[in-house]
Amino acid sequence: MTEPAIKLGGKRRSVFLDKVKELLPEGGNLDLCLTCGACSSGCPATGIGGMDARKFLRMAALGLDEEVMKSEWAWHCTMCQRCIYVCPMKINIPQLVFYARQSWPREERPKGIRGSCDMALKNDTCSAMGATEEDFQFVVEDVLEEYREAQPDFKDMEAPVNKQGAYYFLNQNSREPVTEPDEMVPLWKILHLVGADWTYGTKGWAAENYCMFMADDESWKHIVEVKAKAVEDLGCKVWLNTE
Amino acid sequence: MRKSFGDPVAEDLRFVVKSVVGEENFIEMVPNRSNNYCCGGGGGFLQAGYPEERRKYGEMKANQILSTGAGYCITPCHNCHSQIHDLSEIRDHPWQSVHLWTLICLSLGILGENEREYLGEDLKNVAVYGA
Repeated sequence: MTEPAIKLGGKRRSVFLDKVKELLPEGGNLDLCLTCGACSSGCPATGIGGMDARKFLRMAALGLDEEVMKSEWAWHCTMCQRCIYVCPMKINIPQLVFYARQSWPREERPKGIRGSCDMALKNDTCSAMGATEEDFQFVVEDVLEEYREAQPDFKDMEAPVNKQGAYYFLNQNSREPVTEPDEMVPLWKILHLVGADWTYGTKGWAAENYCMFMADDESWKHIVEVKAKAVEDLGCKVWLNTE
Repeated sequence: MRKSFGDPVAEDLRFVVKSVVGEENFIEMVPNRSNNYCCGGGGGFLQAGYPEERRKYGEMKANQILSTGAGYCITPCHNCHSQIHDLSEIRDHPWQSVHLWTLICLSLGILGENEREYLGEDLKNVAVYGA
């Protein structure tokens, strides 16, 4: 069984593709597709929902804007960029996917991603799981105390919070402090053994940024700015993100 | 790391991994480096509400891991860790998914009993710090 052919109307042109090209350096090379299929042949998302990277790009190029913009494949592609790596013309398909995501009304974008983004916007920790500044500091200090007592070699180990002038500002994925705090400890031990001068910050400590996956520019920019400000306010030299 | 900083940085991480597990215990995936495939945990896929599609996407990665025959897959990124752990779980755990920090501390003999959530039975009781 073959699918019915998609009919191309004479008057349709791709407003979507033109718009995306304006946003990308050198138009993202989106016109240069040789239709070779290297992108799709090495892509784990090929075939999901009957879509693949080449098809997605060709549909945009042929002016099937509506079909491209409503395709759920925009959320099945992880934008991993392997297709750019293998493409002889270095076409930026992931960026096309990003703008396809952006073309969705915000309230229709996947609820899980939206919820995580919205949660991160609620306070300056940027935690997608909603952990507050107080929650985080309490968990870190509580776990540290426990390990210092239980493991004598680490009685001087530190897990500083808001240490002014520390060299490294370390981010932490929300999952550890919220659901498996013991998993923070091996990293602290390594930093302790190598004598690293580091700190967490009560603001901007959460490593994740779901607003970026949401393709919500304003929000993900806000998240990055809050985190960058936290690093600067503490006067740290290097920002380490374990994500 | 590789995505942001390129293949040369990934070589540094290979040095770390080989130092920790021993050269003879390190198995490369095929393909590897920038030719490797995404596991399907990133880009928000884990939270996007498409579990079937996400696991379908992950088949390629699962088959890659299974082909190595390795008992452990090191996943320093959180998205990768969650996805690769899930891909293993739905196959009844043919491999363990571990953070790099776990293996570094294990190799140094400083990994306590409460820090072993992701180790398999074969390593659960090996060189337990404080025991």
